[in-house]
Amino acid sequence: MKFRTLEGLTVLFSWAAGLLLLSAVSLLLGYLLIKGYQSVNLSLIFGDASPLRAVLLKERVFDGLFPAIAGTLVLVILSIVWAIPVGVAAGIYLAEYAGSRVKKVLDVFFDVLSGIPSIVVGLFGFSFAVFLHKHYSDRIGPCLLISSIALSILVLPYIIRTTQASLEGIPLDLRLTALALGATRFQNIFLVLIPRSLSGIMSGIILAIGRCAEDTAVIMLTGAVASAGLPHSLFSQYEALPFFIYYISSQYANPDELMQGYGASIILLLLCAGLFSLAYGIRKGLNYWAFYRP
Amino acid sequence: MKRFGEMLAERTFLLSALASSSITLAILAFMVFMGLPLMKEGGFFQLLLKPWAPFQGSFGIYPMIVGTGAISFLSLVFAFPLSLGCSFLIGAIGPRPVRRGFRRLIELMTGIPTVIYGFVGIFLLVPIIRELFQQGSGLCILTAALVLGLMITPTMTLFFCDSFDRIPRSFLDAADALGASPVQKLLYVILPSAKKGMLNGVILALGRAVGDTLIALMIAGNAIRVPESVLDPARTLTAHIALVIAADYDSPEFRSIFTCGIVLYLFTMAVTFLVRYLGQAEGRRE
Repeated sequence: MKFRTLEGLTVLFSWAAGLLLLSAVSLLLGYLLIKGYQSVNLSLIFGDASPLRAVLLKERVFDGLFPAIAGTLVLVILSIVWAIPVGVAAGIYLAEYAGSRVKKVLDVFFDVLSGIPSIVVGLFGFSFAVFLHKHYSDRIGPCLLISSIALSILVLPYIIRTTQASLEGIPLDLRLTALALGATRFQNIFLVLIPRSLSGIMSGIILAIGRCAEDTAVIMLTGAVASAGLPHSLFSQYEALPFFIYYISSQYANPDELMQGYGASIILLLLCAGLFSLAYGIRKGLNYWAFYRP
Repeated sequence: MKRFGEMLAERTFLLSALASSSITLAILAFMVFMGLPLMKEGGFFQLLLKPWAPFQGSFGIYPMIVGTGAISFLSLVFAFPLSLGCSFLIGAIGPRPVRRGFRRLIELMTGIPTVIYGFVGIFLLVPIIRELFQQGSGLCILTAALVLGLMITPTMTLFFCDSFDRIPRSFLDAADALGASPVQKLLYVILPSAKKGMLNGVILALGRAVGDTLIALMIAGNAIRVPESVLDPARTLTAHIALVIAADYDSPEFRSIFTCGIVLYLFTMAVTFLVRYLGQAEGRRE
């Protein structure tokens, strides 16, 4: 009898927890969408400027999100460009070349790296900028370049791990076929193993993009500011979407600005949700046929 | 020529791996190097226990450590039962479509940007807490912990589900053969053998809660003093770094953020090693 009660209570508890989480998430998203959906339109992004001329950089956007969106876009692209080659190469080394002892040591390093809070990575980026400023050039301060380097450090472990995992998941017979036909190790990796594990690597990269787009702690320490206009050089400060949301939440001066904050939140949310769904979709859908070379 | 290419490729891969792993050390080295002057004066451990009193020349980070501890622990208290229930639902109890749909939802939840949790927290939850308790501004440990708890629940749930999934198929088949209901299977087969994996999940979620910046920065109120109740505002180590960074480069206040950085770094390192150790212990047992 006692066991029956326990079992009944467990079922009840699970459903209650599920419903609670579901309602909390719906409340969170519902509140954001209902309060903010009116503000999502072209003038939220471009202000009074004409969209076409703004995109072609012929007209400056003053009270719109365009500079922030452009800043986030440039930032994400730069970070990913730094992180992909290094991350994928390190992942390949871990999966294909490293001996078991070397692997163990490197594993520890990457585990620690992936656990470091983003604000500490940001602090590292900031002190790196200060270091460069003191010893090399007065022109370097917290800027787009430093931010993108710090962000690439933040997402490096994701890319390394997904690359490693998807390479290691390849079955042995597939691994040995090309080698048995006389291919070198490098040919085997590039012509057989990488194409085969592409979906895993891609999903890791997309998760990394999502992480770059949403992270606020790193960029607020390394050069994101509230108003800078479009990013015009690697060594300039810039605007970014998540930082804009944070800034508005503490410094908004009037209801219009607050509505912009809601609009920016919705845009960022849709962006990240889209990237996440894409990453999960790709892991199942995309396969090596995409890069198949006869 | 071919052999040279092979070697070049291997070297490149090795170099990338070495470069990425050396970043791990470089970060710690930078923290120590920048924080050294302050630590030389007071000693690292004294700094951790001293109060924050800039006008008396004391830059201890004790209040921030207490604030971080209180917010993270409280958020675990909220998130643990919630994650437990959700993972039960996904792992065994729910009907098949519910299990799959709910898992998708939770995976998607891990993709919601932190700053959005903070944003909605400020404008939705803070007023509610303020009205409910009729005390202070609503920016307090309780509010921050509630939002933080919601943020780490998906991560924790997914870790729990993973540890349920690792249970050998034969155990479950045996339970099925004996006519166990899903709940019985969960309570008497899955749960006892998934305990270690679940502990891992809790530790990793704690690491995430401690490392989070934005929610505490936006919602916890950021007052530098040792909080006395959950309705008091508090400042976390992460928020302290974000708030002080604008100050003058060489001031002692500024140096104190590197002590915070070192503490956070060492804490996450401890979390990583603990999880690894538990994982190895589990590996040996099987």
